[in-house]
Amino acid sequence: MKLIIAIIKPFKLDEVKEALNKVGVDGMTVTEVKGFGRQKGHTEIYRGSEYTVDFLPKVKLEIAVTDELVKPAIAAIAAGAKTGKIGDGKIFVLPLEDVLRIRTDEHGDAAV
Amino acid sequence: MKIQFQHLTRSLKISGIFALLGMFVLVHAEDAPAPAAAPAPVPAVDGAFAAYANNTDPGAGLAGVAGPGHNGFMMICAALVLFMTLPGLALFYGGLVRKKNVLSVLAQCLGITGLVTIMWWAFGYSLVFGTSYGSPYIGGSEFFLLKGVTSAPNTNYAYWISQNVFSMYQLMFAIITPALIVGAIAERMKFSAILLFVTLWMLVVYFPLAHMVWGATGLMNGVWNADAAIPAIDFAGGTVVHMSSGWSALVLCLILGPRLGFGKEKMAPHSLVLCMVGTGMLYVGWYGFNAGSALAADGVAANAFMTTTLAASTAGFVWGMIEKITRGHASVLGFCSGIVAGLVVITPATGFVDSTGAMIIGVLAGVVPYLACTKLKSIFKYDDALDTFGVHAVGGTLGALLTGFLATASVNSNLVSDGYAKKNGLAALVTDGGLWVAQLKAIGITLVLSIVGTIILAYIVKAVVGLRPTPEAEQQGLDITDHSEEGYIL
Repeated sequence: MKLIIAIIKPFKLDEVKEALNKVGVDGMTVTEVKGFGRQKGHTEIYRGSEYTVDFLPKVKLEIAVTDELVKPAIAAIAAGAKTGKIGDGKIFVLPLEDVLRIRTDEHGDAAV
Repeated sequence: MKIQFQHLTRSLKISGIFALLGMFVLVHAEDAPAPAAAPAPVPAVDGAFAAYANNTDPGAGLAGVAGPGHNGFMMICAALVLFMTLPGLALFYGGLVRKKNVLSVLAQCLGITGLVTIMWWAFGYSLVFGTSYGSPYIGGSEFFLLKGVTSAPNTNYAYWISQNVFSMYQLMFAIITPALIVGAIAERMKFSAILLFVTLWMLVVYFPLAHMVWGATGLMNGVWNADAAIPAIDFAGGTVVHMSSGWSALVLCLILGPRLGFGKEKMAPHSLVLCMVGTGMLYVGWYGFNAGSALAADGVAANAFMTTTLAASTAGFVWGMIEKITRGHASVLGFCSGIVAGLVVITPATGFVDSTGAMIIGVLAGVVPYLACTKLKSIFKYDDALDTFGVHAVGGTLGALLTGFLATASVNSNLVSDGYAKKNGLAALVTDGGLWVAQLKAIGITLVLSIVGTIILAYIVKAVVGLRPTPEAEQQGLDITDHSEEGYIL
């Protein structure tokens, strides 16, 4: 099992969700986050005052998947989130020790 | 190639603006020889009706009776001017501060409204519009506690509107003026200090200044005081409202010092949406302010209605386009600031200039306050938080001066009236030129009174209750520390 964390552009969320559904991922956690990488921020001007905004709004997805779904899920996220321009985001893959479905007490792959 | 092209379009745009300006001047110059076509008296009709239509003295038969049309118009105008403060200015300023201070600005506007109303009832109206002291500097005591202020007109000021309506209309000006000061000192002055300062400031600066400019025995009331030593003109309050508040605001903000973290932390407006809503209300309310200052639903009011529209919309557009050309983006705050600047600059001129004059004022109102807010402020690094100085002091001073060049008797025959203007010399200044000298004198007096008055009063308030909240309170935000409320609970 792996935990996939993906940081993507907010307007790409629907495409990523649909691509993930198609390869069989049927659950995810989504958070609105702020941050920056190579894209950096932007400048805002209010009359004479200029401010640099470092942190840009992004969406973070957290998805737990079984081992056979890792590759298709990563491919789906990358395909859905890609614009080819700076700031498209990143995908992190982490080992996942265990998963518990609280309602049924199922563990491991069955709970993913 | 691309850069060159951009340069070319930029210089084309700039030269276009100058061409437009040149056109105004040409058109204006052609207009100049036109004879003074004052609103012609209605011929061959019943005397009382003629007086009603011309806004002149109805005579003994109708003494003490208000004219329904004029009176109704003035009640609507009074409500519109109140609407400028509550909630127009409150939202305009409220949107421009950080969200931890939004309620403090609203509370300051509400507090000032109540405080000034009580002062106005007790002695304010009388000190401005009374005459019993026979002084060019301050009114009288005959209307203390609004005694004798009834539905009968006070013919010193208007033949056809009830004095109680007149006094409430003028109260709304007295309310918005100190509320304008709030913009420069926003986010860093204690509520108690603001109330004490405003109380003293109304007594020392506003009441005397308003009497000098608008009182029947006023020093600078060129239009309605035959004995005015300085025959200057100020239709709706360029000196009284905008210069006085704007210059006092600068002085007070310098004495207070900048906000904690000024220049280091981000202090961007928390809601330009509220700011734009407030701007729209100010714009609409300003028709009451400017057209209503004719004190009748007559031709002078109609002219003011037109010039107000032309100047405000033009200035807003010019400010936005300057941003578009020089920075690449026209901002909502830019359009809003330009509209308010246009309204400020046209204020003293609105009942005295024609459409050409209004367009010249509109263009200059988009340029000069823009430079004050963006360039001047960054050179001198004073923390005029919401640009009260840049818009109201600079705009008010510009308007008072431009009125001296652009006023014409062709839209307002009061500028050459036999009863007043010909006696105090205003008529000669208007027809022969030189009015701007009288305007400069009025500007000088307003400056000295506002600046010296504010310096003294600020230090008195500092000694009595202190000016600033503790650094901890300022950091937390005045909503919680001064008012025990939060603006947004989400």
